[in-house]
Amino acid sequence: MDASSGLATQPHAEHDPHHHDDVHDHHELPFWRKYIISTDHKVIGIQYGITGLIFLFFGFSLMMLMRWQLAYPGQPVPVIGNLLGRMFGPGAVENGHLTSEFYNSLGAMHGTIMIFLGIVPIAFAAFGNFVVPLQIGAPDMAFPKINMASYQAFFFGGIVMLISFFVPGGAAKGGWTSYTPLSVLADKGPTYDPFWNGQTLWLVGFILLITSSLLGAVNFIATIIQLRAKGMTWMRLPFFVWAQFVTAFLLLLAFPPLESAVVMQLMDRLAGTSFFLPSGLVVNGAPVHVSGGGSPLLWQHLFWFLGHPEVYVLILPGMGIVAEVIANNTRKPLWGYKSLVFAALVLGFLSFLVWAHHMYLTGMGSVVSAFFQTTTVIISIPSVIILSAFFISLWGGSIRFNVPMLFATAFLPMFGIGGLTGIPLAFNSADLYLHDTYYVIAHFHYIVAPGTIFAVFAGIYFWFPKATGRRMNEFWGKVHFWPSLICMNIIFLPMFLQGMLGMHRRWYDGGQGWNLANEKVWGLTGFEWNTPISIAAWVMGLAQIPFIINFFWSMKRGEKVGINPWEATTLEWTAPSPPPHGNFATTLVVYRGPYEYSLPGRETDFTMQDEPMRESDRKAYEAAAAVH
Amino acid sequence: MEIPYTVTARPDTGLWNAKVGIWLFLASEVMLFGGLFSAYVFLRLDAEPGAWPHGLLNVPVGTMNTAILIASSVTVVMAWASLKMRKFRAYWWYMLVTILCGVIFLGVKLVYEWPQKFDHFGAFIKKDALEKYEPYLGNHHLAEKGLPQRTEISGHLHNKEALNDPNVKEYEIALDPVNADPTNPNMDRPHFLYVPPTDKIATIEKEDVEYANMFLPKHSAYFASYFTITGLHGAHVLGGVIIFTYLWLPVGTKLYKRNPEHLANRVEVAGLFWHFVDLVWIFVFPLFYLL
Repeated sequence: MDASSGLATQPHAEHDPHHHDDVHDHHELPFWRKYIISTDHKVIGIQYGITGLIFLFFGFSLMMLMRWQLAYPGQPVPVIGNLLGRMFGPGAVENGHLTSEFYNSLGAMHGTIMIFLGIVPIAFAAFGNFVVPLQIGAPDMAFPKINMASYQAFFFGGIVMLISFFVPGGAAKGGWTSYTPLSVLADKGPTYDPFWNGQTLWLVGFILLITSSLLGAVNFIATIIQLRAKGMTWMRLPFFVWAQFVTAFLLLLAFPPLESAVVMQLMDRLAGTSFFLPSGLVVNGAPVHVSGGGSPLLWQHLFWFLGHPEVYVLILPGMGIVAEVIANNTRKPLWGYKSLVFAALVLGFLSFLVWAHHMYLTGMGSVVSAFFQTTTVIISIPSVIILSAFFISLWGGSIRFNVPMLFATAFLPMFGIGGLTGIPLAFNSADLYLHDTYYVIAHFHYIVAPGTIFAVFAGIYFWFPKATGRRMNEFWGKVHFWPSLICMNIIFLPMFLQGMLGMHRRWYDGGQGWNLANEKVWGLTGFEWNTPISIAAWVMGLAQIPFIINFFWSMKRGEKVGINPWEATTLEWTAPSPPPHGNFATTLVVYRGPYEYSLPGRETDFTMQDEPMRESDRKAYEAAAAVH
Repeated sequence: MEIPYTVTARPDTGLWNAKVGIWLFLASEVMLFGGLFSAYVFLRLDAEPGAWPHGLLNVPVGTMNTAILIASSVTVVMAWASLKMRKFRAYWWYMLVTILCGVIFLGVKLVYEWPQKFDHFGAFIKKDALEKYEPYLGNHHLAEKGLPQRTEISGHLHNKEALNDPNVKEYEIALDPVNADPTNPNMDRPHFLYVPPTDKIATIEKEDVEYANMFLPKHSAYFASYFTITGLHGAHVLGGVIIFTYLWLPVGTKLYKRNPEHLANRVEVAGLFWHFVDLVWIFVFPLFYLL
């Protein structure tokens, strides 16, 4: 069938009784086949999304607990203190206050859960699974069964991480980076089980998570290469697809070295090897009986070889979402599409060459430091290109400030702050002072929290109508947005001040006992700043309640909308809402780029990608080409 | 719903889906083994002079295994080519040979090479006791020649209980030739061929020993990386054997009746994986057996 029939005007095409190209999908599948072990990319995307959101809130809750300890060190946690004691045992919560071991567990698991069980599954796997095949006009992912396996590996990885809270000794305590030799020697001894202990389970969980993202990455790339609809050339792909494409390559190539490192650390813990244990190691005044000859630095190299590309895994999908939302709500083409694509590719490539800027303090040598300092500064160029293109896209647009757009707009300055404050960290002389202080915390949280997470929210509000056929409530969306934005800034701006005072990020007492935390800055001492930060964190926790209610309420009761409520141009909006198994009723043909908004000579201000060329379009494109 | 390009190639890329998938997967595998090999390089460069052991593995057996693996890479291509020519009988036989090669390779590893190491013992002597064991170490002789000193005495452990029982105060070892006759110039360089322990018995007091163990992963950085890398490689060989067995049994070959090209594609993809596993071994063999 020719695409000129315009699916946009035939939302019920899939109910056509004469349409039989997917006959065997017509009989109803049982519940567990449809929602639990489905191979449909949309169901898997939603599975990833909901599981990821739950983990995201769980990881945030760990931090809310830590914030109590930082603001009121040593005092019993109000209300839930006793409950926590009963859940995690007296070793973790003693008379209602957090022990230092438990505090360390919370810190390590907050990082691990937020990154590997929260943001990556949502920003990459959930949105990528749900949106990418729809945007390229594919019936599903290239390997649906592998897709399903990917979710299951992720799910069990998450379960293993959760179990680790309840084994003797509690969850991993060695920080989310699990630096050796500390992490190899932690959770060992007579009171620990050799296998069922926090650090070992952390490693096992990680192997499952790495497997999951490997399967996902292979699938995404193969799908984008192979299953693009007719006419969907590379330069007609929505920027979101490009962002996911680059992200998938980062996951594909950066995660395996960490997997090898995790295997080696497992060997160190279970088989007694010394990959990461140096000779002559002394712990608590006594020499450790190991064969030695290992290198702690090796772990850091392998970890950050993943760890830094991982940063771009966190941000690129967010940028992709923001690009879609901005183009849609400014009603004009995204500015500099080609620059964006090449910037994303360069970003992906360079992200493999900057990892050791996390390791300036290890004494790698000045030559190595100088190299990584240079590449780190260079990588800011493509980031700035992307951010600038988004800002310029806003220029002269008649912007619709709906909830997705609010989040997307907030992303820009927040990511900007996060990015610019990273520049001092790129220079090793400045980094020597700022390393491991709250400054670093503030810097990367500005990128991932009001950056990526806001982009994720923008994406949820934006694609919710496609997944459910209903729109989320705008008013409650704004009630979610404004407190979140304000609290984010109250949380993270003062941390720059604390960091510049020299406050260390891993202090258990919030800096109470340290002179440098008792210097005044902007009216409060470094330690006193903990209180407003913590209160803002708890208020932000409350501010998520409208979102949670809105999310589930809108699934059933939200305002019903058509297949293209935002008047967008990309292919996902030509499919029914929610799209059936197989997505599109007809074979799509793509005729134009992804952001044809306000095309002169058209009746509407948006022209779908699968709408055939008209004479007026040709003239408009020629006129545009003449200007450039 | 039908996913396009599962069997036939997409015209503009010239590839079917699984072929893209396997190449991407292999790219990630390169990074996985790359991480392990770079760890090997890192550890070996960091090792003290003379501390990196040589000549502990059986080179002829390793060479045989290498040849077996390479032969299987040839037969798997023949199996694929037979399918392409629609000669099912030939496919069946070539595949059988491939599977057997994989099984023999694993058998040699699991039945001979690894257990032999697990049964070997080494004790690193404390610095201040080196002189006491000079007859087994020959360090004076080595110093004259400008070679790095020996600190380990190895061989077959007679009293295995010594490993765990704190009441046993000494190790009784049937010495390896290098410790039995340490000043023999033939021993200056490691043996190319494996030589079993001699009849000469030595007694080593535990208090002179820095660290002693069987040749397990925890023995040294060398054995740690040897067992980790060959273990992971062995797991890959096992994976390949399982896939091939599936494609060889009726449950896999029934696809031949319906769509022989699809089966050929599956064999091609599995074969690509097999070649990669083979290639990894081509790196493992010289790194651990020869260098």
